[in-house]
Amino acid sequence: MSGLTPAPVVAQGSPPSTWDWEFAGDILPDLLEGLWVTVKLTVLGISLALALGLVLALLRRSRLRVVRWPVGLFIDFIRGTPLLVQLFFLYFVLPDWGIVLSGFEAGVIGLGIHYACYTSETYRAGIESVPRGQWEAATAIHLSGRHTWTSVVLPQAIPTVLPPLGNYVVASFKDAPLAATVTVLGVLGTAQRIQGQTFRGLEPFTLAGLLFLVVSVPASLGVRYLERRYGFKRD
Amino acid sequence: MASSETDVPVATADTSGAPVADPIVRMEAVTKRFGDHVVLDCLDLAVRRSEKVVIIGPSGSGKTTILRVLMTLERPEQGAVWIDGRPLYHEVRDGRLVAAREKHVRDVRRAVSMVFQHFNLFPHKTVRQNVTLGPRKALGLGRDEADQRARELLERVGLADKIDQYPVSLSGGQKQRVAIARALAMQPKVMLFDEVTSALDPELVGEVLAVLRDLAQHTEMTMLLVTHEMRFAEEIADRVVMFDAGRVVEEHPPAEMFSAPREERTRAFLRAVLPR
Repeated sequence: MSGLTPAPVVAQGSPPSTWDWEFAGDILPDLLEGLWVTVKLTVLGISLALALGLVLALLRRSRLRVVRWPVGLFIDFIRGTPLLVQLFFLYFVLPDWGIVLSGFEAGVIGLGIHYACYTSETYRAGIESVPRGQWEAATAIHLSGRHTWTSVVLPQAIPTVLPPLGNYVVASFKDAPLAATVTVLGVLGTAQRIQGQTFRGLEPFTLAGLLFLVVSVPASLGVRYLERRYGFKRD
Repeated sequence: MASSETDVPVATADTSGAPVADPIVRMEAVTKRFGDHVVLDCLDLAVRRSEKVVIIGPSGSGKTTILRVLMTLERPEQGAVWIDGRPLYHEVRDGRLVAAREKHVRDVRRAVSMVFQHFNLFPHKTVRQNVTLGPRKALGLGRDEADQRARELLERVGLADKIDQYPVSLSGGQKQRVAIARALAMQPKVMLFDEVTSALDPELVGEVLAVLRDLAQHTEMTMLLVTHEMRFAEEIADRVVMFDAGRVVEEHPPAEMFSAPREERTRAFLRAVLPR
């Protein structure tokens, strides 16, 4: 290999992009503000998803077919269509029916419903992993349906599915930038705006990526901690 | 419950072999099927107050299903069950017996509790929480009262020192004794024991049988036990019921059952399970 001249790294005509610390420092406050919007959107959206997902999972186990059926259909429908379509629907179509949502509201609800349909399946798997004998023991000590769920079934079902639920938390955070399409400028949308105004993409997009990591890595560690904290050993 | 009014024998006359006055448990013409398989075949069975009845018979004969029907874990297709004078699966409405609403079933069921072959302890709860959960949530006891009851019962089954342990750290015999304490905490009139020593290592069977012996000899509780421990049955039972193919083959006091069974099917079964 020695003796050969190295190939030019950058295409001719455009100046090589080098990291500009000063520029990076200038745009950081804007990006942090964008990050805050993204985090708020995610936290609210995934909270809605975790709560609504549990409700959907329980409805899907209803004794009534008229409840079970439409809920199952709804879940399959949402899982089968892109989040982007759902956001457009909430933001651009609902106003035709008199329901006007802000971009942020549409983002929270869209993210919430979308991920609720995934978490509901996860909850369902957790509920089904609770052995039948646990339900029977609850009957033998005369627990009501409500107490059977809250004291026996869910406290066993949820810890076993914390890892996949945690993955959805992180995934929804990474999907949150889609809300930019309904006017919510999070960290990535802000980076794109800066690039549009300054024609420099290296710093804003690199910083945006790093800021995602700064949040999602601790979040993943937090999820792992919860697993250890609330895990228990089955007999 | 697929039964309609016509399936319910309303007559209170006891049609089973041994008439029992004022039974605490009575099953009349109870039929339970799993698909084509008839598990309980028009079964009649009555149990006196505070009687200790041991049900024996080959595996798959439906013994366990009798207990599960009494605990409402399986619902019979036909027939009627009476617990402490009240119909379990039926209620009187407009002077007629009709299929009971869930609320009625839950209410009548309160007289019954059950201990399972595989313990079914709540693994996410401590021994104390396992025993106090029912009294607190279903009986409405306060924390102190429920705790007090749990301590007494764990004392009785010899596990007072394990009160703050989780089930995973207990041996099989200890788990089953906690499960017995958990059921006793509900103060049932009728206690069902479903092969409670079958899942235990041989050296752990004795400690569980000792607890059952104590309960049989020192309480007024009605006990129905399905077991393969014939010596134990002989020792504690007031009556032994030989059960096969969904029906009672014969029933006698233990001495008679084990020394002079009348039916060939019983003799064959006992030959197979009793050590010579």
